[in-house]
Parts: sequence; structure tokens; C-alpha cells
Amino acid sequence: MSELLDRLVRDFGVTEITERSPAITTLKVSREHGECLIRELRDREGFTHLNFIACTDWIEDGIFRLIYMLHNYASRQNLGVHIDIERDNAEMTSIHTLWAQAWTYQRELREMYGINFPGSPRLEENFCLEGWDDMPPMRRDFDTVKYSTERFGHREGRVSLEPRDHMKVLLYPNRGGDES
Amino acid sequence: MKKTPDTNTTLENAGLSPEDQLLFSNARPRAYEPYPIKAIEDFANWARANSLWILAFGTGCCSIELRPLMTARFDASRFGVAGRPTPRQSSVFIIGGYVSVKTLKRIVRSYEQMQGPKFIIALGSCPANGGMYFDSYNTINQFDLYLPVDLYVTGCMPRPEALLGAILELQDDIKAGKCDGANRYVEHFDEYKANQKKVIKDWNMPDYNW
Amino acid sequence: MTLTTGHSAALDFAQPEPVDLSSGKYVKLWQGPQHPGITGNMSLELTLEGDTIIECKTHVGYLHRGFEKLMEQRSFIQNFTVVCRIAVPEPAFNEYLYAAALEAISGIESPVRAQWIRTLNLEMMRLASFLMWIGGQGGAFGQYTVANWTLTYRDYVLDLFEEMTGARIYHMYMVPGGVRAGLPAGFEKRILELMDNTDKLLDQIERVMYDNVVFKARAKGLGVIAPELVDPYGVVGPNARASGFQRDLRKDEPYLVYDQLDFNVITGSDGDAYERAYLRLQETRQSVKLIRQIIAGTPADGPFQANMPNMLHWKVPAGETYVKAECTRGEYGYYMVTDGTEIVRRVHVRGPSYTHAIALMERLAIGTNIADIAGLMVSLHTYPPEIER
Repeated sequence: MSELLDRLVRDFGVTEITERSPAITTLKVSREHGECLIRELRDREGFTHLNFIACTDWIEDGIFRLIYMLHNYASRQNLGVHIDIERDNAEMTSIHTLWAQAWTYQRELREMYGINFPGSPRLEENFCLEGWDDMPPMRRDFDTVKYSTERFGHREGRVSLEPRDHMKVLLYPNRGGDES
Repeated sequence: MKKTPDTNTTLENAGLSPEDQLLFSNARPRAYEPYPIKAIEDFANWARANSLWILAFGTGCCSIELRPLMTARFDASRFGVAGRPTPRQSSVFIIGGYVSVKTLKRIVRSYEQMQGPKFIIALGSCPANGGMYFDSYNTINQFDLYLPVDLYVTGCMPRPEALLGAILELQDDIKAGKCDGANRYVEHFDEYKANQKKVIKDWNMPDYNW
Repeated sequence: MTLTTGHSAALDFAQPEPVDLSSGKYVKLWQGPQHPGITGNMSLELTLEGDTIIECKTHVGYLHRGFEKLMEQRSFIQNFTVVCRIAVPEPAFNEYLYAAALEAISGIESPVRAQWIRTLNLEMMRLASFLMWIGGQGGAFGQYTVANWTLTYRDYVLDLFEEMTGARIYHMYMVPGGVRAGLPAGFEKRILELMDNTDKLLDQIERVMYDNVVFKARAKGLGVIAPELVDPYGVVGPNARASGFQRDLRKDEPYLVYDQLDFNVITGSDGDAYERAYLRLQETRQSVKLIRQIIAGTPADGPFQANMPNMLHWKVPAGETYVKAECTRGEYGYYMVTDGTEIVRRVHVRGPSYTHAIALMERLAIGTNIADIAGLMVSLHTYPPEIER
């Protein structure tokens, strides 16, 4: 594995190689070299299985961090390829020609995050949501509690308690929950 | 809920294209009247109660317990319950758990195709108050804003014995003549429909699915 | 461009030529969400030419609850109660993987006794799930008696779950750090008795269902997954093993106590629905054997939960991991990203049905008879809730 990683640093300029566990390593590559790296891993290094494509919204840094998790059945190694893209007008090269299952993940990412994958088949088709008129829901600036309250309402009589404060009220009833 | 004023107007069917509007009826739903002679109405209620045919539509989590309910261990068919594949032949719609917006549209469509008298049993806490997914952007929080519910079964998820208890209680209610969900739907039709349209955004079906 | 791995053969996206629906030669059907011939709440949009399907589109989203968003609103211990609901018919793997992901990131190790009990829970879940599946596959081809038998025995397994964890379906048993309680008194005797009865049942099912002429005629040759389709479509689990791939996460990347148990990886060769069904029957038998081994090997005493911090306000260190387990359908995985606060940053659930029910199903449905489409879907063992979470 370490020779592979050295080669990737040399040829693709990958950075931030972190071993998360003995079987999982993540690395970061730039957006321009992303598809090329993944293709190389699939064709020449035996990472023939695509586990998933997911995205984490690091809104504080203004990026979406995509992860392509690949698996090598022969060496039983997992490699997670991180690619950072911008949150506004998010776009990434499509890899639907590399795996026949990839277009579904890309369709979901477009719906949930608003990331465009030019060329991916049936990208505009809805995946989970029907008649959705708001921003892509998995973005961190989408407030799902507010949306649910406004659109669906809440049945009266529902009460939520913060455990620490509630326990104080139960333990110190005479002092109104004041433990001092 | 406000009662729909008694008018003879037809429905708009605005969601359909003009060619499709010729294919679907735009009549308003009608309430069914009980039989004038009480003995016959009691007999009819007894017959309805002992032949509750449920629609085979597993809408959410709780419907995983419908299969044990209908098979040998808990055996709901000794109460006259059978699962039917089409809404035309069923009289009970079991809302199994949470309802997502996409499913709600299909539930409305299937419920309106069922022929009265028809009943709804809502399982779990999700139709009652949103349950575990109360803050989800895709599941509704109060099911009886959209369709009339005759019986709620609490739990997450309710056991098959609880469902059997619900069926027995529904049978008692029907024999007592108390289950009028279908008529309530007709009486407050405009309000139910407005609630449904607030949530279901692409309404490409008739206003009442006969 | 030529590739050395042979992926190109399967990648012909050749979406079928758009057909002229007004020509009267084709019929468009919705094998829709309200349909007894669907594994759960999902729909297929089929275009038929006569009785043969020429195009299939899978529509999901009827069960979408936005779990991944909900998990970002709840603390770690609150998520533990929600997580099992992601894959409704087989919840135990979600609990285990969520706990395993947290343990991997925070460096906590669950005690040995907890690991044995977790393995027992997972194998019982596998048994219950396979029993329900066998009934479903028989039912798809008209053999409803088998469905009654297997669902009854599954109920006996659910009774044991209730003894062990307190609930039939959503156990909420495998907390991060271990399990919630040890095994109740007399549990071993009851479960071994049930295993003996289950063995007899499986023999009967093999005679009644698998030797049945009609079942063989309908299932053989149906939905053949050619070996070249397996990697491009990400086919995992029994679907891949029936096409000849010897891939089982319990052997390849052992987790819990599977490296101490004695079992083989069962493979087939034909890759059609009959082979997959038979392979799953063999795996059910293997599950029974594994349960017996686990009962014999579980330590009788010892802690069943590691020393955990205050779970109500637990700040997991920032990190990232991907944990996987071999569920009845294949590789089930949890990808978790934490950022050092009390709320998880991102959880992505990788369910095997994601590819089986959409990309693979749309490919295999082309050319099948409309009467067999339900059987094909069941033979891929797809569970819609884990597709759209």
C-alpha cells in the first residue's frame, strides 16, 4: 500500500493521506485530477469496487467534501478519495462511465446537495423527493425543523425535555430545580 | 374542521391537462346513507365488521408486522380479515407507520378509489404526532389533517396482538355504527383537500379519484 | 479506449430506444407502490411489448425520511434509537454498524462477552431475515404455504429477540460500547431447541419448494447476473456469490468474533434466480450452525458494556471511518464523519439494495416476462427503506 501511495503522491499530487484504520486510508486529490486518479485506481491498481459516493457539507469552510470509497477485493484495502468542491455552483466530473452504478449516486447528490455532474444520465430525474420546491435538503443551511413545523404543523401536547434540566427539577423540587 | 357547504358543484380537476379531464370524472364524492330500517342497518354493520378486507399497501415501518399478522402465528383471517391487492375490493386501509409526502399522494389516490363504507386504522405514533420523524422534511406530522382516521394504535411499532386488538375494537365500533370516517371525509371534503394540496405539490391527478 | 479490466462490456448504457407509446404496440404499466408484487414500498415503471418488458425504471423515495439529515439534529445516543429504523426488515445491522463506527472513531473497544452476544444477535437477525425471504420468494411464485411456515418460525425467532432485547423488531440493543444486557436465564436451552426445529423445517422447505417442478421451471434462467456485471454494478452478497465470486465480508474482513467461528463461503455458478434461492437456503442452514457455535462459545460472565463517558453529552473526537458488515443482502456499510462536537457531522448509510434495486434491476428486467418480474425482484432481495433512507 505504501508504494501505491508514494506513486499517487508523485503522479497525482495527492495530499492528506490519513490511515483511519488498518484497512481504510483516505487521501485528498484536487478536482481536476479526481476522475483520472479514480480511473487509474480502478484500471491498474485493482480497486474495482465502488462502495459509495457521499458528500459532507463543511459550510464553515465553504466546501463540499466528496468521498469516493473504493475497495480492492484482492488486497482487501479500502481507499477513500476526498475531493473538495465549492458550495456555490457545485460541479464535479461524472464517473458514470467507470461504474454502471455510479449514476444513481450522482443523481442523489444532485437532489440532496445540488451538485451537478455534467453528462450523468437521468440527472434531472427526482430520486427521493417529489414536487420539491426548496433548497437541496442535505445542505447544512436548510433548517429541517422549521420546514417541518411550517409545512406539516405539530400536534399539540408534544413536549421535549432537556435531560439535565429535567433531572434537576425532579431531584430538587423544592428549590425549583436549582441544585446549588 | 369546517363542514363543506352543501352544493351541487363539480370539481375543478385543475391538475389534469384538458385531454385528460375528459377521461376522469369531476363529480363530488357522496356520503352513504344508513339503511332506513335499523335491523337491516345492524345486519349490514355486522356483515361489514366480520369481513374487513385490508388493502395490501405497506406504507411505512409498522407494516412489517402485517405479515406476521396475516400468517399462521397470529392469523387475522379467523376474524374475517383478508389482504386484497386492489382498493376496489377492500374496506380497511391500514396506514402502517409514517407517511412520506410521496406516499401520501398514493394513499389519497388509493383511499378515494375504495368504495364506502371504508375505514382507516393508523398504526404507530407517526401518524398521530409525527413520531420519531417529527422534524423530517419529508414525513407528515398529523395524518388526520389529510384523511379521516377511525382508530389509532399506539406503539413504535405496535405488536401483532395490538393490531388484533385494533381489529376487534374496529369491529365493535362498526357494529355500534360509530365508524363514519368516509362520511366525515365527504362532509369536510374541501378542507381535507386543501390540506392535501398544501403538502402534495405536483397534483397531476383528479381532485377526487373515483 | 481499451481497458484491461473488462468493465467496458457491462457499461453499455444503451438506454432502450424511446418507443412510440401512441403506436398501440406498447403498454406502460406501473408496478406501483400499492402492489403485492413489490418487495416493500417502491415502484417500477415498466414498458411492455406484449408480455415482455423492454424498459424498466425504478422509482424510490416513498419511504424517504431524511435519516442522514435527522442524524445531524440529534446527539449520539439519540441517534442510537433512530438508526435501527433505516432498514426496516433487518434492523440489527444498523445498530451494530453505528456502534462500531463510533467505537472505531473514539477508540473504545467493546468487551469480549459483548462481541459474542452481538454476533449472536446478528446471526439471529440473519436467520429471521432469510426465513422471511424464503417465504417471499415462494410467495412470488405462488407457493403461499411456505410463506406461512417460514413466517411462523420467524415469529419464534422474534420471540427470542424479545426475551433478549425487549422488542420484536426494533431492538435498540447494541449500544456504542457493548450491549444493553446479558442473555436471560434459560436462553441457551430455548434457542438450541428452536435451532433443531428450524433444521427440520428447512429440510421440509427444500423438499416442498426447491424440488418443486413449477418453482424450478420459473426460477431457473431468470435474472441471470453474468460475472461481468458484478463489479460495474457493485453487486454484493448472495447475488454476487451465486455468480461464482467467493466474497464474504465475514471471511475477508472479519469483524466481531467471526474469525473464531468455523464456516465456509458458499458460492454458486449459474447466477440465476434458482441458484440465488438455493444459496440463501444454504446460508440459512449455515446461520443455524453458526448460532449453535456462538452459544457454545459465549462467555458466561464478564462485562457486557465498556466504560463509556456520559452518553447524554458525549463529544466524540473528530474523525472519519467506514465500517462494514455482511448482512443477508451483502455489504452494508456506515460512513461516519465527526467533528469533535456532540452532534455527528455526517452519516452515510450504504445499503446493498441501492444498486441492486435500481441500476441492476433496470438492467435485468429487460427481456423478462411480466409474470416473473416480482420473482426477479424478490430474488435480488431488495429492501426499499435502505435505498432512500
